[in-house]
Amino acid sequence: MVAPTGWMRNKEGLGVWEHRGKVAVAGVGHSPMDRRWDEKLEHTLGAYSIIAAQRAAADAGIKLDDIDGVLSCPGPLGDNWAPRPYFDPPYDSEDGITKVTAEWLTRGLGLKNTKWVHSYDSHVGPEWGLGAQAVGDGLCTTLLMLYPTGNLPGRYHHEMDNHARGPNQWLNLWSWGGISQWAYSFNEYCRRYNSNHDRLAPFVVNSRRNGLMFDWSYYAVHQPEPFTKEDYLAARWVCKPMSLFDADRPVQHSTAYIITTGERAKAMKQPPVYILNHAQGQNKVRSSVETIEETEEWTARLARILYEGAGLGPADIDIFNPYDGYTLFTQYWLEAFGWHGVKKGEAHDFYAGDISVEGPHPFMSSGGNNGTGRTRTAIYTDCIEQLRGTAGKRQVNVRAETAVAGCVLPQNNGHIVFGKHPS
Amino acid sequence: MPKPIPVPDEVSKPFWAACNERRLVVQNCTACNRKQYPPQPTCGACGSKEHLEWLPTSGRGTINGYCVMYDSRVGPLQADQPINIVVVALEDDPAIKFLSSLPGEPTDNVPVGAKVEVMFQDVGEGQLVHEWRLAK
Repeated sequence: MVAPTGWMRNKEGLGVWEHRGKVAVAGVGHSPMDRRWDEKLEHTLGAYSIIAAQRAAADAGIKLDDIDGVLSCPGPLGDNWAPRPYFDPPYDSEDGITKVTAEWLTRGLGLKNTKWVHSYDSHVGPEWGLGAQAVGDGLCTTLLMLYPTGNLPGRYHHEMDNHARGPNQWLNLWSWGGISQWAYSFNEYCRRYNSNHDRLAPFVVNSRRNGLMFDWSYYAVHQPEPFTKEDYLAARWVCKPMSLFDADRPVQHSTAYIITTGERAKAMKQPPVYILNHAQGQNKVRSSVETIEETEEWTARLARILYEGAGLGPADIDIFNPYDGYTLFTQYWLEAFGWHGVKKGEAHDFYAGDISVEGPHPFMSSGGNNGTGRTRTAIYTDCIEQLRGTAGKRQVNVRAETAVAGCVLPQNNGHIVFGKHPS
Repeated sequence: MPKPIPVPDEVSKPFWAACNERRLVVQNCTACNRKQYPPQPTCGACGSKEHLEWLPTSGRGTINGYCVMYDSRVGPLQADQPINIVVVALEDDPAIKFLSSLPGEPTDNVPVGAKVEVMFQDVGEGQLVHEWRLAK
């Protein structure tokens, strides 16, 4: 099915979002959490997606028949993994095993009343914007939005070929890619702003602490022991200055949200969490690498677009959960959004202060990916729970009426603003 | 240090042929007067295909930054880890960035800001690839 056209909010000057406060999150559901798929039917990404969807509907207090829209970014998140032996239908292809389309989920749940079912070939950042816009535009009134993240045995993105074809001609000869890009960028950041890798320790330790406060997170379930500064500093290099604990851990997990109109949300089980704006950034590097100048320009522009459409400014944002797939780029988002007054080059000083959830600057209250596993959704769930007042041990002591979360990179991302109130 | 061997395609064939002649070239759009690398089918700014030409470069640059790979995803490079990954800004147009392992230099403590010059490395199957060394 088609998505609304021209839905992206990726330019300055668009004004306040036309559906500001008229779309709301009504339900959240997380599946069980594993490190990898163990090749059992009941632990497939499809099975986990069904569980997440059922939990989201229950959280919202609605029946599955109330759902009239389904949106998924199917994946796979790692490699294509195939081919493999399959099971009987509906697990007879990659759909349901390593990826989950909206169509598969609709059939798997037995949904009967859908009028908009869309599989979106992207990631959860822009997915939030598409979902919010779809409900706002009336393509559906009660949307089930899924984000599945699968992980299989082995390592992915490995290139063992002795030949480099296509884009790899310009990458593989020098092992360039995501990790090296951000290691290079972080080195440049440190040179420019007189910092060093060790100064990330408080941020990472804080994220791991916060992540343990989600009872479903990877570390809460599988590695609940505290994570210390010494653990962080002793980690082996992956691509110096990126160490093992600067990269999130891939997991097998699905998350589902129920998004509906603001009016319908008021009649549902949970206090509505309104969507005040969404924004996306798609940028192209000038040459082989993304320079710091490009990163700072793109993140700043995205922040301006997001603030403009929400009618808010940096001082208005209470909860801030930027992306931390690699810890080495989170600082660019923090500085671009100017959260709690942090300017260019000041992020590491900020990390050295009190950023705990109990304190005055509860940065990354979700723990992010590094605190919970590579779900990319803890950041959104935390925003929603903080604004509902149901974040438990993570509940901040400061005001919690607005929240920002986003994924993934400065080059390609989507961000969203949530509000406790519609206006 | 072994490297993967690039497989030239319709867009990159002139680039790799020039490397085999020990020449470093980049694309230039004559409509925009804009250089670009890596090679693309069209100009990244105006989208033109017919205005793209190949220009020789000075072969000189400056080290813009670096990192050190300890756990590469690229199989042929793994035996030589850790390896430098150096970003070089072309002197003719610093917006143009190349990558290099800075052959012959120790890993880490790469002199950011140092001048470099292009060299060519035989990676096998008759293919030379562009690399960079500290300028003498």
